[in-house]
Amino acid sequence: MSDRTKMGKTLAEKIWADHVVRSAEGEPDLLYIDLHLIHEVTSPQAFDGLRLAGRQVRRPDLTIATEDHNVPTLNIDKPIADPVSKLQVDTLRANCKEFGVRIHSLGDAEQGIVHVVGPQLGITQPGMTIVCGDSHTSTHGAFGALAFGIGTSEVEHVLATQTLPLIRPKTMAVNVTGKLKPGVTSKDIILAIIAQIGTGGGQGYVLEYRGDAIKALSMEGRMTICNMSIEAGARAGLIAPDETTFDYVKNKPHAPQGAEWDAAVAYWKTLQSDADAQFDKEITLDADALEPFVTWGTNPGQGLPLNANVPNPADIADAEERGAAERALTYMGLTAGTPLKSLKVDTVFLGSCTNGRIEDLRAAADVLKGKKIAPNTRMLVVPGSARVRLQAEGEGLDKVFIDFGAEWRNAGCSMCLGMNPDQLTVGERSASTSNRNFEGRQGKGGRTHLVSPLVAAATAIRGTLSSPADL
Amino acid sequence: MEKFITHTGTAIPLRRSNVDTDQIIPAVYLKRVTKSGFEDGLFAAWRNDPEFVLNKPEFQGASVLVAGADFGTGSSREHAVWALQNYGFKAVLSSRFADIFRGNSQKAGLLTVVLPQEQIEAIWEAVEADPKIQVTVDLEAKNVRYGSVTVPFAIDDYTRWRLMEGLDDIGLTLKNIDDVTAFEKKRPAFKPETLPVRS
Repeated sequence: MSDRTKMGKTLAEKIWADHVVRSAEGEPDLLYIDLHLIHEVTSPQAFDGLRLAGRQVRRPDLTIATEDHNVPTLNIDKPIADPVSKLQVDTLRANCKEFGVRIHSLGDAEQGIVHVVGPQLGITQPGMTIVCGDSHTSTHGAFGALAFGIGTSEVEHVLATQTLPLIRPKTMAVNVTGKLKPGVTSKDIILAIIAQIGTGGGQGYVLEYRGDAIKALSMEGRMTICNMSIEAGARAGLIAPDETTFDYVKNKPHAPQGAEWDAAVAYWKTLQSDADAQFDKEITLDADALEPFVTWGTNPGQGLPLNANVPNPADIADAEERGAAERALTYMGLTAGTPLKSLKVDTVFLGSCTNGRIEDLRAAADVLKGKKIAPNTRMLVVPGSARVRLQAEGEGLDKVFIDFGAEWRNAGCSMCLGMNPDQLTVGERSASTSNRNFEGRQGKGGRTHLVSPLVAAATAIRGTLSSPADL
Repeated sequence: MEKFITHTGTAIPLRRSNVDTDQIIPAVYLKRVTKSGFEDGLFAAWRNDPEFVLNKPEFQGASVLVAGADFGTGSSREHAVWALQNYGFKAVLSSRFADIFRGNSQKAGLLTVVLPQEQIEAIWEAVEADPKIQVTVDLEAKNVRYGSVTVPFAIDDYTRWRLMEGLDDIGLTLKNIDDVTAFEKKRPAFKPETLPVRS
C-alpha cells in the first residue's frame, strides 16, 4: 500500500490507517490489534515466553481462547485419551487461568473452531484488526475486518503489547462478476480463484473480493471465500461490509447496543474502497460461467471443474508446475485423462472453518434428506462449533445425517488437519469441505479432494465425486 | 534470539516446489508445548523414503536448505521454523517464501534468503556435484557465496538489523509502549471486548 495522498483509499488502507500506533521511516508500522483469538496448539510457547520475561497479558479483555485443533469429536465427556493431546489442552486451560483470559473449553456451548466462534459471539465486527495463531484467521475478513494468521512469536508479541510491527501489504481487487448458477457456491468461487492465480499469486497482498456475485452471498458464503485467501498465498482477504453484514452482527451477544450500535454502523458504512482508489493489482472471475470445482492434486491451486478429466502433466508448459503435477498424480493415485467424476471416494468430511457453519450443514442436509449413503463410504459431519451443533439439532439436521448413515460428531477442527483421532488411513480417498489437500494433511497417505458442501453431499450418495445435478 | 551475521556450512538441495508447512512438520507432531524436540517431525512423511535427500549420507550435517519455489505455504505453525532449526538448519534459500513462514523465520532467527530461481538451480547443481562444497550465507554483506560464485540478495534494512543484533521484537515495542497507551485512549467505545462475558 503505497502512500497516495490525493487518491482515494482502498478498504484495506482505511483499516490499516485507523490502527497505526506508530509509524517511523525505515521501520514497519506498529499496528493495534482489536481482537486476539487463541487456541491450544500455537499458544503454549508464547505463554512460556511471557512467564520467562515476567510479562502480563496486556489486554485480556481483547483476548479469547477456545479448544479446537487437538480435541476429540467423540466421547468429549471423558478425559482426552491421548496423554500428549491432553497435556496441550490442559496447558491452555492453565495459561488462561493464570493470565485471566476467557476460555471456552470442550463441553461449553461456545466451544468450537476459533473462526466459527468469533463471528457467532459477535466479537468479529467490521473495521477491526483480528489476529490468531492460525492461518485461516483470514475468515474474519468477510466482515470487512483486517484479519490474518500469525506465528507463535507474534502471538507472544500481541499478548504482551496488543500490537504487531507489520510491513504494509499491497492490495489486489478480486472482481467476481455475474451470478452463480444453482448448485454452484462460494467454495467453487474461491477454488476457481486459487486455480487461476496459484498458491503464490496472492503473496504480499490483501485480497479484496468485490462484484455482484460477492454482494449476493450470505455471511457464511463470504467467510468461506475469505477463509481460503491464504491458500492463494494472501495473508488476508476482505469484503466490504454492507446490510448483510450489519444484519448478521446485530443482536449477537457482543454486538454494540443502543447509541453505540448507531455509532458503529455509521463508521462501518465508511468502510468501502473509494471509487478512485487504486489497487496494486486487479483480477476478474466470471461467476456466470462457473461450475462446481474440485481439486485433483496436492495443493489447493490444482483444481478443475468437476466435469473435467485428471490433467496430463505433459500438457503443462512450466517445468516446475509439470514436476509438481507428476508428483501429485503419483501421490493421489490418479491417471491422466480419467474423468474426475469416476473417482471412488472412501470418506466424506463435512466440517472445518471453511464449511462447518449452519448454512453449510443445511445445504448438505437438503441434498441428503431421505437418501442413504453409498456402500463402503463413510461420512463425518463435524459442526464448526458446539453452538452450530445445537442449532442443527434444533432444526433436526442431526437426524437427517444419522438416518442417511453419516456420523454426527462434536465440534472441532477434526479431519481438516488430522491432528486428533479423525484421520484418513494410507491410500484412503476423501471428498472434503476443508481447505487443504496437502500430502498427508488429513492423515498419513490420505488423498484429499477439496469440494463444496453440495458436492460433498452428492458424493456421499453416489460414492463417486458428484454434484447434486448428477443425482 | 541468537544473532545472525554470517553462516558457512554444507547445503541440501530440496528439488520440490510448494513445500507446505504440513510437509515440513505434520500436525501430529504439533502436540509438544515446548520449542524443542521437533527435529523428529521434520519432513516426517518424506523421510520414510530412503531416497529422500535428507536421508542421503552425503548430505548429513548440512545446515543450509536450498528449496524450490513457494516454500512454507499453508499453516501458520511456527513449529515448522523450530523443526528446521532443531534439525540444524541456519538458513533456507528459495525463489519465493510464503508470507507467514517468512515472518515466523525472521522472528525466530532462521534466515530466509530469496534468490532468483536460476540461482537456486545453479546452487542445486553445484551442491549435487560436490556435496561437501561450503556455502556461505552472509547477512552482513548481503550475499551467498560458494566456490568462486557470489550471488547478492536483498533484505530490508530493518529486518537485517534485527537479525544481526538478535533483537527481541517485544523489547523493541515496549520502548514505545506510551504510544500504545495513547492509542488505546482514542479507541471508539463501540469496539467489542471479550470481558465481561455476554450471552
